[in-house]
Amino acid sequence: MKSAWQSLAGLLSGLGRATLFLFQLLAATPHALARPRILIRQLYMVGTLSLVIIVVSGSFVGMVLALQGYRTLSGFGATASLGIFVAFTVVRELGPVVTALLFAGRAGSALAAEIGLMRATDQLSGMEMMAVDPLRYVVAPRFLAGFIAMPLLTAIFSVMAIGVAGGYLIGVSLLGVDPGAFWSQIHANMHPLDIWQSMFKALVFGAVITWIAVYQGYHAAPNSEGVSSATTTTVVASSLAVLGLDFILTAFMFR
Amino acid sequence: MPDIPFLKHAMAVDDNLVKIRGLRFGYGRGRLVYDGVDIDIPRGCVTAIMGPSGTGKTTLLRLIGGQWRPTAGTVEFDGVDVHRQGRRDLYALRRRMGMLFQNGALLTDLSVFDNVAFPLREHTTLPESMIRDLVLLKLDAVGLRGARDLAADALSGGMARRVALARAIALDPEMVMYDEPFTGQDPISMGVLMRLIRTLNDALGLTSIIVSHDVAEVLSISDQVYILSGGKVVAQGTPEAVRGSTEAHARQFLDGRHDGPLAFQYPAPLLAQDLGLGAVS
Ligand SMILES: Nc1ncnc2c1ncn2[C@@H]1O[C@H](COP(=O)(O)OP(=O)(O)OP(=O)(O)O)[C@@H](O)[C@H]1O
Ligand SMILES: [Mg+2]
Repeated sequence: MKSAWQSLAGLLSGLGRATLFLFQLLAATPHALARPRILIRQLYMVGTLSLVIIVVSGSFVGMVLALQGYRTLSGFGATASLGIFVAFTVVRELGPVVTALLFAGRAGSALAAEIGLMRATDQLSGMEMMAVDPLRYVVAPRFLAGFIAMPLLTAIFSVMAIGVAGGYLIGVSLLGVDPGAFWSQIHANMHPLDIWQSMFKALVFGAVITWIAVYQGYHAAPNSEGVSSATTTTVVASSLAVLGLDFILTAFMFR
Repeated sequence: MPDIPFLKHAMAVDDNLVKIRGLRFGYGRGRLVYDGVDIDIPRGCVTAIMGPSGTGKTTLLRLIGGQWRPTAGTVEFDGVDVHRQGRRDLYALRRRMGMLFQNGALLTDLSVFDNVAFPLREHTTLPESMIRDLVLLKLDAVGLRGARDLAADALSGGMARRVALARAIALDPEMVMYDEPFTGQDPISMGVLMRLIRTLNDALGLTSIIVSHDVAEVLSISDQVYILSGGKVVAQGTPEAVRGSTEAHARQFLDGRHDGPLAFQYPAPLLAQDLGLGAVS
């Protein structure tokens, strides 16, 4: 009984510390904008280096959706709606969510490990002793880069899944859906609001994943075990956070 | 002013850059690392801090730099209490201190050159050409001008520490804290570094704190020595005084004997007890 209370108290105080950390981090972000070179390097690290996995996954998700959608829709004689079926699924759900899960595994874990290792090798203390705030120099640029990269990666994932290599390729080239119908259905039924909501989800997920990653790395115990547990916790916690938040955001957006 | 002892002595009495009073400190709820120590670091002198491994020498430097907060007592740097400063003032104080970390603590994603340039770029608005000259001069002093383009994680331990030394003095601080600068240095670099530390101190009027286990070397370049053990100062004074000291702790440490008041073992139960060899009273 007591230990349940203790773990609840531990969870709450952890959340409190993480929130405090977020405020300190946000206060440091203007300084990150003042150092564009570091920001660009971090955008490359979290964004460009995640491109391959995003492009490949987007294509496969789109292809599978087209196959499954075709089977379902042909039962109702509605295969002309394949385009909008794929597009809604990707834009509303799978685009932001799958991108976020991949991002947590690829970029979030790398961020946590990198910052944790800097902690373990005294690089963060060294900076503090040189009167350079590691929050400004190390953490804020990485946070900002994750925040910026997630919507872009989500957009790329969605385009791959619906158009270039996924839905269109399978639906039109393989299954013989009329290309005119494929696009015109999307054009007629997809609203800009859908896309804005998709981007909003991506922004929220990006912020939460990078927040968890930099928090875990920054507070990692200064040894190899600390770094590995920071990495694992980042992937597990941010994946769960993404799925939970997706439910909440969806419930509010698509009432 | 190493050769005017009485002047130095007068300064030591009047003018301490760092003044530690009644310092108590322990990590978390663990054992006390410091249990009431007073230490003075006189301006313009080289002060050596020695003591068995794990006594808290690194901890002391971090306390002076304001990275840890003492449980009781004060640390003053140039008359200001380090632990009563806001963040901005603390950072301003730190800009006047240079610190060489025990393991170098170089930024691994930067080159050797960029590591030494780092504090200059962060804290000055000097043009890049001048930064280049300054960095090359500092690197030259530690013999690594030719290594400027190497990645920081491609250095040996001794080289990394020398780069870290160049970085610690990049901003021409008033005080430099060297944490084990001689570890992992070959005899040649060791000699150069010793002379460098002494020369920097005298030519630029710095104040230096050296933490080191190399007794003979450190005694030969320092003006004042503290030997710490068990959270206390066990001996202090000029190198001559400490060398000739009959105080038991100091003697044991300087002679490197394993029997004496200083325990070689970290506090532990008797060995026989730990190994389960029957009843030991
Ligand atoms: N971050 C920390 N958390 C908890 N305990 C610590 C921490 N850092 C050091 N200690 C403990 O504090 C004591 C002093 O450590 P410190 O690193 O200051 O020793 P040291 O005198 O520099 O030793 P060495 O000569 O081996 O470098 C040690 O017993 C160590 O176990
Ligand atoms: Mg040490």
